[in-house]
Amino acid sequence: MGFVASLVNQSKDSLRDLAPVVLVMAFFQLVVIRQPLPDSLALIDLVLGLVFVVAGLTLFIKGLELGLFPLGENLARAFVKKGSVTWLLVFAFALGLGSTVAEPALIAVASRAAEVVAQGGLIDSSVEAQNSFAFALRMVVAVSVGAAVVLGVVRIFKGWPLHLIIIAGYVIVLLLTLLAPAEMIGIAYDSGGVTTSTITVPLVTALGVGLASSIKGRSPMLDGFGLIALASVMPIIFVLLFGIIGLQFLPGVAP
Amino acid sequence: MNLFVTFWGTLLDILPIATIIFGFQYLVIRKPVKRLGQVLTGFFMVWVGLSFFLVGLEQALFPMGELMAAQLTNREFLPSLAEGAQRHWSDYYWVYIFAFAIGASTTIAEPSLIAVSLKAGEISGGTIDPLMLRIAVAIGMAFGITLGTWRIVMGWPLQWFVFAAYLLVIVQTLRSPRSIIPLAFDSGGVTTSTITVPIIAALGLGLATEIPGRSPIMDGFGMIALACLFPIITVMGYAQIAQWRAARQSAARVSNP
Repeated sequence: MGFVASLVNQSKDSLRDLAPVVLVMAFFQLVVIRQPLPDSLALIDLVLGLVFVVAGLTLFIKGLELGLFPLGENLARAFVKKGSVTWLLVFAFALGLGSTVAEPALIAVASRAAEVVAQGGLIDSSVEAQNSFAFALRMVVAVSVGAAVVLGVVRIFKGWPLHLIIIAGYVIVLLLTLLAPAEMIGIAYDSGGVTTSTITVPLVTALGVGLASSIKGRSPMLDGFGLIALASVMPIIFVLLFGIIGLQFLPGVAP
Repeated sequence: MNLFVTFWGTLLDILPIATIIFGFQYLVIRKPVKRLGQVLTGFFMVWVGLSFFLVGLEQALFPMGELMAAQLTNREFLPSLAEGAQRHWSDYYWVYIFAFAIGASTTIAEPSLIAVSLKAGEISGGTIDPLMLRIAVAIGMAFGITLGTWRIVMGWPLQWFVFAAYLLVIVQTLRSPRSIIPLAFDSGGVTTSTITVPIIAALGLGLATEIPGRSPIMDGFGMIALACLFPIITVMGYAQIAQWRAARQSAARVSNP
């Protein structure tokens, strides 16, 4: 019974997430644009799609709370207690990588990016070429989040100030932008914002807060959050690098 | 068929994190999982939920974002143009209003932002007002998206805007109270939820497709990046104002008791 009630509560949250988008769009459709929907978009399909979005997001988040989050938090605590720095870093990398691969917003945006890149002529327009581009992009982002979490954990150990690392990251982004192919710049910048949503933030924050509260002289408030900030700069650097040196290894890339 | 393909694909998406979590649990920590049944149910729900969400995204959220972009830039919708005249960027004013409305409305009610701002209010001991903080984040987000649409209309390179924003972030970071910095950086990530990211991406790509002279690949991306950067700036700006006002009030109290 409690389970059903919490599922209902979660679906209310998902609805509340979606409501502003739908309300603003409905207002514009009815008051500003005042045109019928095009034939390719039936209203019933849209409504059905939105029901899918709400139901899917509800199940997804509730499932995370039941399975992945408690298990991930327990593991993070166990690794902090275990005291082996090597294992902690390996775990941190794997956690960042694995959670990013399953991030819904990244899955959606990567496949859209592959279509656009194919239309732009950077890669073949075949389905295989697009799929391998989307897959490679997601892997690059996932590895970069793994690396960011490792860097963030090392930072908490050493007590390096966060803003210096971020500023250094910005400078690297600036330099790489000068070298990267123009087609990859927008995708690279956006990939930083895409990673920090549903799965990655809670898992990575749990690791950071757990670690910061177990080391003397570190504050969970100041040091726990830093991981997310790093996880949104590192993907930009890695995707720009991928554009500079990695792109040519993909199948279907125009020479 | 489509649903089946999505289910298979998302299974592969979840496999890595499941392998990592269970692998570390059984091979390195070597302790049994507490409440294994519940955990497995959770993973199953994540799988089904992710599949449904992605199908709904393709069917509703992406098409809606693209439709709005197409309709708001339609020739018949825009103000009429004199023969041979160039279109001025201000003709697209409904695009900017729409972008601002989407950015502000999705952010102000975001549950995770409400939780974070209440916490920040407690920690600051009253100098930071939770509601003002939420408004600061919402304005930053809305401004970032609106600037992103304006950039697409103008066709200027994204990196100019991002570097200018970086510069502002750096200057603000050096001048802000230290305790607000992690929160400010975090607020950039909070605004881009799983629902808003696809909508913004679709809007940007749609605009770049519809507006003459723009290409999706060169101009369509970047709105998410700007939407993440400007909340950092506005939150630190608000913290500076709050700190300055608190200092002035206490100074006033000292001078006339």
